[in-house]
Amino acid sequence: MSGADLDLPRLPPAPLPPPVSTVGPAAWLRQNLFNSWAGSVATVLLGALLLLVVTASAQWVLSARWGVVTENLRLLLVGQYEPAELWRVWLDLAILSVLAGLTAARGSAPLRTLTTWLAAGQLLLGLLILTSDIGPTAAGAMLINAGLVWLGYFAGLRAGLSSRALSIAWLAFIVIAVVLLHGIPGSPLRVVPSVSWGGLLLTFLLAIAGIVLSFPFGVLLALGRRSDLLVVRALCTAFIEIVRGVPLVTILFMAAIMLPLFLPSTLRIDAVLRAIGGITIFSAAYVAENVRGGLQAIPSGQIEAANAIGLNAVQRNMYIVLPQALRSVIPANVGLFISLLKDTTLVFIAGLGLLELLGIGSSVLSRPEWFGARLEVYVFISAVFFVLCYTMSQASYRLEAAMGVGKR
Amino acid sequence: MSSDQEAVAADAAVEALEVGRQPMKRDEIVVCRDVHKWFGQVHVLRGIDMTIRQGEVVVIFGPSGSGKSTFIRTINRLEEHQRGDIVVDGIELTNDIRNIAAIRREIGMVFQSFNLFPHLTALDNVTLGPRKVRGWSRQRAEEKAMELLKRVGIPEQANKYPAQLSGGQQQRVAIARALAMQPKIMLFDEPTSALDPEMINEVLEVMKELAQSGMTMICVTHEMGFARAVADRMFFFDEGLVVEEGPPSQIFGSPQEERTKQFLSQILH
Repeated sequence: MSGADLDLPRLPPAPLPPPVSTVGPAAWLRQNLFNSWAGSVATVLLGALLLLVVTASAQWVLSARWGVVTENLRLLLVGQYEPAELWRVWLDLAILSVLAGLTAARGSAPLRTLTTWLAAGQLLLGLLILTSDIGPTAAGAMLINAGLVWLGYFAGLRAGLSSRALSIAWLAFIVIAVVLLHGIPGSPLRVVPSVSWGGLLLTFLLAIAGIVLSFPFGVLLALGRRSDLLVVRALCTAFIEIVRGVPLVTILFMAAIMLPLFLPSTLRIDAVLRAIGGITIFSAAYVAENVRGGLQAIPSGQIEAANAIGLNAVQRNMYIVLPQALRSVIPANVGLFISLLKDTTLVFIAGLGLLELLGIGSSVLSRPEWFGARLEVYVFISAVFFVLCYTMSQASYRLEAAMGVGKR
Repeated sequence: MSSDQEAVAADAAVEALEVGRQPMKRDEIVVCRDVHKWFGQVHVLRGIDMTIRQGEVVVIFGPSGSGKSTFIRTINRLEEHQRGDIVVDGIELTNDIRNIAAIRREIGMVFQSFNLFPHLTALDNVTLGPRKVRGWSRQRAEEKAMELLKRVGIPEQANKYPAQLSGGQQQRVAIARALAMQPKIMLFDEPTSALDPEMINEVLEVMKELAQSGMTMICVTHEMGFARAVADRMFFFDEGLVVEEGPPSQIFGSPQEERTKQFLSQILH
């Protein structure tokens, strides 16, 4: 190196702006949509196609006979539930709203997502009801409920309830909700027979009961399948494999037709209960297989450590094995429960005489005045299912993110 | 007598009635007679005899596959022995689940791969046993746990999860977890083998302190510095047998068996 170089003070080169051709909207367009001759042609063609689809859909949405939805909204939401007793449904929703708010104040991100959607959903429903035959009182109730979610949330932030109190409240709510819907024989709270429940109400009922019941049942099956006791293991394995080898529709058909044949005529099981039973049995077998995967992933060292500190078999499962196994299978189980929600529509086919959302939609379409409005009804039903499933999968993503803490 | 000690004494009295504790010779706490174990066709323990007195620190060493880990795992029934007798503090180790539970309450264990519960904080790892097995209140268990975490030198890590701790810190939490059950005997199964070299000492220091406090310890380890410093007796295992036993001065100074000399020359450079 020559001495002359060292004499000159070196100035750091000033930062230069990037070439115009690599930033900005024009560059983005070129890189992503028109990066080659063939790419440009594809962009133009697909763009034209997209435009066509969007305009055609928009035209259809604007000209469609939405009256079939708004004028039958009560049927689609609650089926044949007695209009005079509808306040019970709204009251159930109001309690649910407060409870969800209270829980979200204590809970994690996924719970807050679900609760936000609950508020938004009720707001949307309230607006929909305004346009329908149900009347402004119900719409007002929905809007108040949306407010109750937030009220519950802020009350929860203030009060700071323990998770044990919340668990008890939720269990109590499930009982209260069903009793309120059904009524008490011989009391001023008249009985609304379950055959008249329908629409979205019934869909919710089947899905929630199916999820709440099949989860613990499935966990027990999974534990049973790994039991040291040969008989328990054989029974659980047989149950799981048989149920997984049969379509849900067949199980529901059995619940609808076979069960009444085998049981004495004096013993009539409620159709809603039979449907819930069928769905639970089916779903539990799949939950069990998911959970089994989680159980297998627990290293043997965990079980040895639990044994070494003196935990017994029940404590070992409760505090060490299941918390880790269940956490790792949450995404798979949420996927399963999304399918379960959609599969409740099969109840309509099975001939249990129950009309959930899809069933009641079809029965509306069988009336002469709504001939030719099929698309409107099915688009509406699809939209409802989409919103519900999308909510669940969003909550599941949040749950996966929240699970990062304390991960192996 | 502190309330902790009273509780342990009361537990012990109840157990003694339940499991039919047999009288033992003065201060003998673990007695193994002719212990055999097979894995399928493989005869991994071929008649181990070992008697350990209260407060003794014993180091077991030997080549891999010699049965030393399997042997200490039979003492708290993580492995079942198929012949011979094991008696811990007067309780015979049988297939009776009450005897196994009673023995596990007397023995703490520290594993090579720590085996902390990843879904619980360090503090909850330590309090789980006392709360669920001994039925302590959360407050009482946490006070005791913090005391133990201080003893192993990491009270400030109490609310972290195992994945957020270094290997040495995890192993110290594991030691605190075992001590929380107030065991009479501690088993160490290669406690430093999975650690990075710079973390081995922090764990050995805790073990030395424990040894000096009078704890009965059975350690499978190749840390010969530790053995020289605190071991009362050493056992050299090979092919499922005790080849040689003696105080560290004999083992290091004048080993009697050719196989012992050969093995020591390989691990002491």
